[in-house]
Amino acid sequence: MGDWINVIVQGVLVGGLYAMFAAGLSLIFGIMRLVNIAHGDLIVLAAYVALVTTQTLGIGPLAALMIVAPLMALIGYGLQRLVLNRTLGDDLLPPLLVTFGLSVIIQNGLLELFSADSRKLQAGAIDVASFSLPGGVSIGILPLLSFVVAVAVIGALQFVLYRTALGRAFRATADDPAVAQLMGLDNRHIFGLAMALSLAVVAVAGVFLAMRANFDPAIGPARLIFGFESVIIGGLGSLWGTLLGGILLGVAQAIGAEIDPGWQTLAGHLVFLLVLAVRPEGLFPKVRG
Amino acid sequence: MTLARVEFSNRASRIGVRLLVLALVVLAAAPAWGGRDDLRLLSEIYAYVGLASLWNLLAGYAGLVSVGQQAYVGIGAYLLFGLTLRAGLPPLWAIPLAGIITAALAIPVAALLFRLRGHYFAIGTWIVAEVFRLLASQVTVLGGGSGMSLPAGVVTSIAATRQAREFLIYWAALALMLVVLLLIVWLLRSRYGLALKAIRDNELAARSNGIDVIRIKVIVYIITAFATAMIGALIFLQKLRISPDAAFSVNDWTAFVIFMTVIGGIGRIEGPIIGALVFFLLRQTLADLGTFYLLLLGAVAIAVMLWAPKGIWGLIVDRFGWQLFPLERRVVLDDRGA
Repeated sequence: MGDWINVIVQGVLVGGLYAMFAAGLSLIFGIMRLVNIAHGDLIVLAAYVALVTTQTLGIGPLAALMIVAPLMALIGYGLQRLVLNRTLGDDLLPPLLVTFGLSVIIQNGLLELFSADSRKLQAGAIDVASFSLPGGVSIGILPLLSFVVAVAVIGALQFVLYRTALGRAFRATADDPAVAQLMGLDNRHIFGLAMALSLAVVAVAGVFLAMRANFDPAIGPARLIFGFESVIIGGLGSLWGTLLGGILLGVAQAIGAEIDPGWQTLAGHLVFLLVLAVRPEGLFPKVRG
Repeated sequence: MTLARVEFSNRASRIGVRLLVLALVVLAAAPAWGGRDDLRLLSEIYAYVGLASLWNLLAGYAGLVSVGQQAYVGIGAYLLFGLTLRAGLPPLWAIPLAGIITAALAIPVAALLFRLRGHYFAIGTWIVAEVFRLLASQVTVLGGGSGMSLPAGVVTSIAATRQAREFLIYWAALALMLVVLLLIVWLLRSRYGLALKAIRDNELAARSNGIDVIRIKVIVYIITAFATAMIGALIFLQKLRISPDAAFSVNDWTAFVIFMTVIGGIGRIEGPIIGALVFFLLRQTLADLGTFYLLLLGAVAIAVMLWAPKGIWGLIVDRFGWQLFPLERRVVLDDRGA
């Protein structure tokens, strides 16, 4: 019994990471109806940027985040203004194709620069530190920290969206871009800021991914899929739902892996398909317009 | 008395069809003029022309933007290995059977995926493909996660000599591409084709004119799965080695296929053919630069989507009005008497 509690606790903690993958994805889909196929590859890009930062400056991963997050946000703003804004419209193919192209470019660019070897960010003392709870449950400091950060990130996004002028601009543009523009908002700039925020979250997700596990240039698409599954399981348009979706996915994978290591990812996909078959609107939807 | 009838061909397409027939004769004779490498390259091009044409049918006409067609390439390939190895079927017969079984599998998949719309449908197809990839790596009799090679016994059952095998597989690849193209032409010229073009141009208008949009989309999805699986089976019959990662690769069987279609021109039957040729031209010229050509391909696809969304063939049509295939409907008034 203690074993299973342990498995579930680890699954919950991984779920926080998945919710971080999902939050950035969900944000830009909600605001501009753009599904970013390169989202996972951008997470991996952030991990490599963090790797280079820690190595050249000799600082820890968390300190490096102070550089990686603004840098990724800047990349996001530029990407949106220069490329992605041109793809927005009724047709869903242009954004899909362009972000697919970006995905291939990022993957192969990283492969050229860093080879296919797997890397990991050394987090120092917290890497292996853990504490025990009664009942044989042991909790790693790093997984716990990443979960807490995930909750904080989602809380912060929720705050920005519903309590600030920027959030009001995001929501107005999402509801009706034409009217928002008439009210004096510059949609292109607003979309740029949304992508910047999304990639700042991606930076946090990338750094925690890189501290927790090995990464290489090819692992991006799977992170995109985990993020996407969290969004759909949780229900569209609800950030806290996305967190619960991520947790459910993490637990499903942990249980799958406990049964048979080959079943880890598969178990997550099957839960996703089950939710799709039974409740396609997700478990905790907040339907929006 | 004046009778109206619908004609598909015009002067351009009559020239186009003659050119295509000529090209076909030259290509069918390739074993006489080409070396082993030429045949291999040409077969690969045929496979990609087929895959891209099918994706074009799916996304360009039926509006079903799938990024999970690697599911059907992989299933077709695994069925080929399963049917020849476990059921002892001759490989060339296993190909159509793999197509039929895959089409049957696509029915429940469609039932699930068609609950998703637009972008969600796209990523949903990818997840389904991942599920099949992970399931394939659980099938230990077909090599599990590390894959397996097609045993010599199966290979020699195609034909006794290596040369005869290569010729047969080459002709099979050419024939399969032809079948796929004719299937698409036939579909587009049928009344479903008219409906598909209506859906392509305006789905809402199509629906309000009484077209059962969902039904037609499901039919196209299943036909595409059927043909994609046959191509997948043939690709891996030629490769002789299978693994879950290779058979269900999103880059090889979907990303590049989408790039080709968009570069050539989506929503036109000629587009994917032009796009596949551009892809291979790029690959053959930049082969020395390693993965750089993939980077360039992604950049070219993005540039085309942003600045010439109708693709190369779209530019040609706008400028010269050419068409290679007799597909445009024109009403002709025939007053020579009834």
